[in-house]
Amino acid sequence: MSTHEGKNLPRPTPETQAYWDAAKDHRLLIQQCSDCDTHQFYPRPHCTQCGGMNMDWVEANGSATLVSYSVINRPVSKAYADDDSAILALVRLVEGPQMMTNIVDCGLADLAIGDALTVVFEDWTDEISMPKFKRTR
Amino acid sequence: MHPLRGVAAIVGTCDTEVGIVPDKGPTELCSQAIRGALDDAGLTLADVDGLITCNSMADPYMYHAEMMAEYLQIFPGYTLSLGAGGGATFAALHHAASAIATGMADTVVVAMAECLRTGLTRDQAMAMQSSSGHPQFERPYGPTVPAFYGLVARAYMDAYGATSEHFAAVAVSARDHACRHPFAQMREPITIEDVLASRMIADPLHLLDCSLVSDGGCAVVLTSAERARDLRQSPVYLLGAGEGHSHEHISATHNLVTSAAADSGRRAYEMAGVGPGDIDVAGIYDCFTPVVLIELEDLGFCGKGEAGDFVTQGGLALDGALPTNTHGGLLSHSHTGNPGSMFALTECVAQLRHSAGDRQVADAQTALVHAQGGILSSHCTVILGRENT
Repeated sequence: MSTHEGKNLPRPTPETQAYWDAAKDHRLLIQQCSDCDTHQFYPRPHCTQCGGMNMDWVEANGSATLVSYSVINRPVSKAYADDDSAILALVRLVEGPQMMTNIVDCGLADLAIGDALTVVFEDWTDEISMPKFKRTR
Repeated sequence: MHPLRGVAAIVGTCDTEVGIVPDKGPTELCSQAIRGALDDAGLTLADVDGLITCNSMADPYMYHAEMMAEYLQIFPGYTLSLGAGGGATFAALHHAASAIATGMADTVVVAMAECLRTGLTRDQAMAMQSSSGHPQFERPYGPTVPAFYGLVARAYMDAYGATSEHFAAVAVSARDHACRHPFAQMREPITIEDVLASRMIADPLHLLDCSLVSDGGCAVVLTSAERARDLRQSPVYLLGAGEGHSHEHISATHNLVTSAAADSGRRAYEMAGVGPGDIDVAGIYDCFTPVVLIELEDLGFCGKGEAGDFVTQGGLALDGALPTNTHGGLLSHSHTGNPGSMFALTECVAQLRHSAGDRQVADAQTALVHAQGGILSSHCTVILGRENT
């Protein structure tokens, strides 16, 4: 895992610990409100749709579509000079929420907004695995 | 009539030197701007009873406005230190006018300075880049500020068929204006082809689609309309101000191609009692070229998706439908970070005083300035006029 040295590691908070624990097991957890059924990301104890405080953790299907993307031609540091950090993207999960990620295993010329994507996980440390996305074949 | 409309006026302005200013730090540049703006107004430090500043990254203080008051040895009855990126500048005017209208202060200075170019070490500059973004859900993916705006640019191209040439036309217009400004950082003319041939920073954004990295400071003095009439300069009245805030992190936006400028603009127009067709000259936040297109549309100067053609047809030129960023903007005059849009403000004040020299827009009566901070996050629009009736 030394190739991920120097990356900006996320520091889980009490509100997000479950998300990062699941990512370690290569599962993408999002929240769903048990009052109004709305899915949300990023995690917080209240529902941003109905204001309820009954959020459940549910495993996302892992499918998403590409909302937009940009190539980081000048990486922020050497730790991000690898190909799998080069494409910054916003994706929309089939459940509804939007998230930021990198698109991996893919050159710029192959990408188009609306592309179907699937989650994959990159193991950075014993504690942190990062959800990333690749094009669905 | 809105209770804040026309009650406060800008009576003094000062730009320091901008660009590469290695012999002065942000605190001194801020001090220089404040003293210069007071001189311009015919006032002294003793007249200042309100001070609004924005913190500096190169020389930060826990309580920045208090620090500047200490440095100048003034003892105001009202201070505020703002932090909303580029949008903080015009939000500051909104607060200053409110303070004057409610009697919290009579004469308020809004001042900001930064040394992004010479005041940060390379490590600090990189830390600044990597510190933007949500610490858990964005920053680990290695985003840079240009890449965040690259997401906006790509979505805008996809939604409306906009092209790199449309973006480039914004940069060329800014440079044309900067060539007429004696102190602008970049004064060599450029072409569309130059922009397209410049290296990619965050595809689809080329180097010349990105704003500059600069040192500099800027200040304005506001006072009541009543007092303004007795001062040296012809007053420039604050007729409207409005804010709009849609998110902090771009991954949490609900719309990549329509911004909260639509909200800030609507509020400012309503307060001023004017519409887009009444604006003679504008200062539109141009941190990256596509932002100008989105803001022109959201502020009602073009329909959605039409700004690329508007700009390509010369809409932003001095003799165009909406002369914009006549000082050269963040793209070619200077981008000092948080204070960046202050220079668009002082330029619009010069336009309304009819003292903009080679860059003067004939008979300019009403101006609009718009700034945003974050990644299309925090918007503020201000409308200024020569008359407050």
